[in-house]
Amino acid sequence: MAQVILENVKKYFGQVKALDGIDLIVKDQKFVVLLGPSGCGKTTLLRCVSGLEKVTSGRIYFDGQDVTDLPPRSRNVSMVFQSYAVWPHMRVYENIAYPMKIKKYDREEIENKVEWAAKLLNIHELLDRYPAQLSGGQRQRVAVARAIVLEPAVLLMDEPLSNLDALLRVMMRSELKKLQERLGTTTIYVTHDQVEAMTMGDMIAVMSAGKIQQYGTPEEIYHKPANLFVAGFIGSPRMNFLEVEIQRGKREVFFISESVKITCPLKLSDKLRDFPQKRVTLGMRPEHIHLSRVESGYPLRGEVYFSERLGADTIVHFKVDEEKIVAKIPGDVILEEGGSVEFFLDLSKIHVFDPKTGRSLV
Amino acid sequence: MAKKLLIGFIAVVVSLWFLTPVVLIVFASLTPSSDFYDPHKLFPTKLTLDHLYKLFVVLDGWRATLNSLQVAGLSIGLSFLVGLPAGFALTRYVFPGKNAFRLSILLTRSFPMMIIAVPLVVLYLKIGISDTLTGVALAHTSMILPFVVLITSSILSGISVEYEEAGMIFGLSRFGAFLKITLPLALPGLAASAIFAFIMSWNEVFIASVLTLINRTLPAHILNTAMTSPDYFKFAAGTVMALPAMVFIFFTRKYLMSMWGISLK
Repeated sequence: MAQVILENVKKYFGQVKALDGIDLIVKDQKFVVLLGPSGCGKTTLLRCVSGLEKVTSGRIYFDGQDVTDLPPRSRNVSMVFQSYAVWPHMRVYENIAYPMKIKKYDREEIENKVEWAAKLLNIHELLDRYPAQLSGGQRQRVAVARAIVLEPAVLLMDEPLSNLDALLRVMMRSELKKLQERLGTTTIYVTHDQVEAMTMGDMIAVMSAGKIQQYGTPEEIYHKPANLFVAGFIGSPRMNFLEVEIQRGKREVFFISESVKITCPLKLSDKLRDFPQKRVTLGMRPEHIHLSRVESGYPLRGEVYFSERLGADTIVHFKVDEEKIVAKIPGDVILEEGGSVEFFLDLSKIHVFDPKTGRSLV
Repeated sequence: MAKKLLIGFIAVVVSLWFLTPVVLIVFASLTPSSDFYDPHKLFPTKLTLDHLYKLFVVLDGWRATLNSLQVAGLSIGLSFLVGLPAGFALTRYVFPGKNAFRLSILLTRSFPMMIIAVPLVVLYLKIGISDTLTGVALAHTSMILPFVVLITSSILSGISVEYEEAGMIFGLSRFGAFLKITLPLALPGLAASAIFAFIMSWNEVFIASVLTLINRTLPAHILNTAMTSPDYFKFAAGTVMALPAMVFIFFTRKYLMSMWGISLK
């Protein structure tokens, strides 16, 4: 258990800036998710924390101790690898016991600990097997058992669920989270799956291009995205973006494009009054566009050109003049393709971004 | 069905093609000299170990065999000592000139031994290791080393780097992780390549003949003695030379495939 602090961590591979100045505080006992598309640097960041990768510059602290120049074995971290990396030439028991064997624990303690970890992960009856005789899910459990057996200061997980089938993934998601809560181990978890991030993380760091775009609770990330990237990356289907012009009236502020003229809600208009540019980007989540009239709803009339029926929900793509907009509505509603519809955009839920910097204006 | 038959037929033909000479050589080496020169006997009426005995004991073949084993052991040891780390570096690290290095390893094979042999003898005479087993072993090492580097790099690349990294996370140093995790996993393949190296040294005749006079390895010794002897001796010598290689390859054929990066899938 430890608090992890990263200070302006940079990692360059030649000319490529894999990490471009990362500042991050992972509070003790918290579960922090590094979320981002492939190539954003999240795995590199995890490897820098583990010590497998040396940082180009910047410092890393565990509980105030500078570990930047320590090799992995001196950092008291453990890791669950994407491929599990369960050693194939050792039985399950030996795999779990090996970290303690290296650190010269006595036999009895090793036995007790392995017993404890195996029970926790429900792999008791597998202890005598070789990894080749296990399924992917079982191997995953072995990898987790090996990682927690020494009660590390920091537990690192690199997309541990990405190789499991969908059903198992959902199950392991909650199980891993419960386990972490029970053990109280500070955990850093890398994933590109936003559902995993939202369900498991106490905090989420959304990364892109070697930088942390936003660091916050799942609620903050979803409801108050800091910039266009986070807004577009979180949420499924993706947030609708609309380029509009601002027109300032005497009291009100309007967003105007060829297809819409939206009266800006009062609590937003105050913030926008001093914004110097003429254009902004509006963000509206598909789930905030409704079929029925809502309070502070703005009507969007258009033509349905495609609908994806997912069962519980239907994703409707429709056109307001030339503007393509996506809405998420209940699955029992069936809309004819080509038919005209009227949706209501919940104006209390819209986001406004600076199109140049991408930064949120609200 | 017809396809199966055809494949079976081709397999038989290929096997016969390669095995017939071997069988003939082995038989000839076991044929008593009286039967051997009897034109009416295609196959011997009885078998004898006489030629092999003479080759080994009377003609001092056992000493040459020991020499061969020493030379092979020494060259394998040396070439793995240098070649394994090189192979490891080639798979695990990115460094400038990596491809050029890989290519230059292959290039060393483009110099025929005949060209190097004479300068080598001169050099050996100067530093006083001519006609020694160490000298032959060094020459064989230079011949084996490129293969060892390329083969070990191919074997090690088949072992996920994450195993090693897991070892480092859970308390091992980089070298420790290699020793405790990667090496055991690579061992079958490395053993196969060691055997391959053994065969290369065991079969090498040219350098060994040029560099030694008295301390000859088995092939050089055979070239010197058996080749001036009756035919059945030659066959006996041939059997002795071919047998280890055939036995080894039979037991390691599975790994020989992976060694060269050939997949049978």
